[in-house]
Amino acid sequence: MGWFRKPSSTPLWRDEFSVFTADERYVNRRQFTKFLTLTSFGMLVGNLWILAKSVVHRKVSYPRVPIAAMDAIPVGGVKMFSYPTANDPCILVRLAVDRFVAFSQKCTHLSCAVYFEREQNRLECPCHQGFFSIEDGSVLQGPPQRPLPRVVLEKQDALLVAVRMEGESE
Amino acid sequence: MFGMEFYVDPSRCIGCQSCLKACEECDTHRGVSMINFDFVDRKDTIATAAYVCWHCDNPTCAQVCPADAIKKYDDGIVGSSLKPRCIACSNCVLACPFGIPKLVPQYEQMMKCDMCYDRTSVGKRPMCATVCPSQALAYVTPETIAAMRREKPVNTFWFGNQKITTKVYMMAPADADEIAIDVADYIWEGENGLVPQAF
Repeated sequence: MGWFRKPSSTPLWRDEFSVFTADERYVNRRQFTKFLTLTSFGMLVGNLWILAKSVVHRKVSYPRVPIAAMDAIPVGGVKMFSYPTANDPCILVRLAVDRFVAFSQKCTHLSCAVYFEREQNRLECPCHQGFFSIEDGSVLQGPPQRPLPRVVLEKQDALLVAVRMEGESE
Repeated sequence: MFGMEFYVDPSRCIGCQSCLKACEECDTHRGVSMINFDFVDRKDTIATAAYVCWHCDNPTCAQVCPADAIKKYDDGIVGSSLKPRCIACSNCVLACPFGIPKLVPQYEQMMKCDMCYDRTSVGKRPMCATVCPSQALAYVTPETIAAMRREKPVNTFWFGNQKITTKVYMMAPADADEIAIDVADYIWEGENGLVPQAF
């Protein structure tokens, strides 16, 4: 291969924009070392950034919001509400006389609204047939990968109060 | 690759222009022929010369390209200009000592022979060499050419002080080792040979 020449004796631009495709692909030791050093430096900076972020990270505080009177919902009944802000639709289901569950209504796949499918006793997302367990919001079937965020409820006299979200991915 | 080399012998060219048509057939540049075809001295002779890119070992066209659009590949082929890069500046057209690259204005791109890279890279012969009836353009093994021809394949050219070695061979007289071309000799000096005249 007579036309092949080592690209070290020529100016840098001739190496980088060589006429020969073989030289374009050629990586010399110095370039490789530079690449390694810069990428590991980048990794270090990235890790420091993550570390700093977790140090200054503050816990999100949730408001206490009364959402429903307990006897307003029959067993197997459903109530829609918004929590923690007006833009976060949630679904409340009364499973038994003394069992209430509430989940975010946004499907974790593409944010369609899930609804309670009473016959099968599960939550269904109609967009792509994603199914979630009514017990804990975990995925039963379909495209979603993550469980639905759960709204933690507390009883306060005859009222149900939303206390915080659990399993939110932020 | 595949042990074949390209041999050009203009003295065998009969001017049939089959190579031009065969080149135009190619799907990668349909309708545009990349063969360089010359009438040598139309006034005094019917001699013609068809030839392809010589695929220099150190291609001048690529050296002068400001857009990095011409590349020499690992198997020695100098490719046509890369469409996304070519800026149609004509540097290569002016620089090539053989006059091979041609600017195609409607595409705003230089196009030249790439020795049918789609064919030769898989062991087929270039289109022009398959159709040439007198084998003025021949793509054969060195053994074949040595057995079939009296001329000697030469791939060293001198243009003034510029020495060029190429992948494609020119068939030269048996005693020639290289071909030297005095460019100034070919400058047109007017009808009576006395009055220098600008084109």
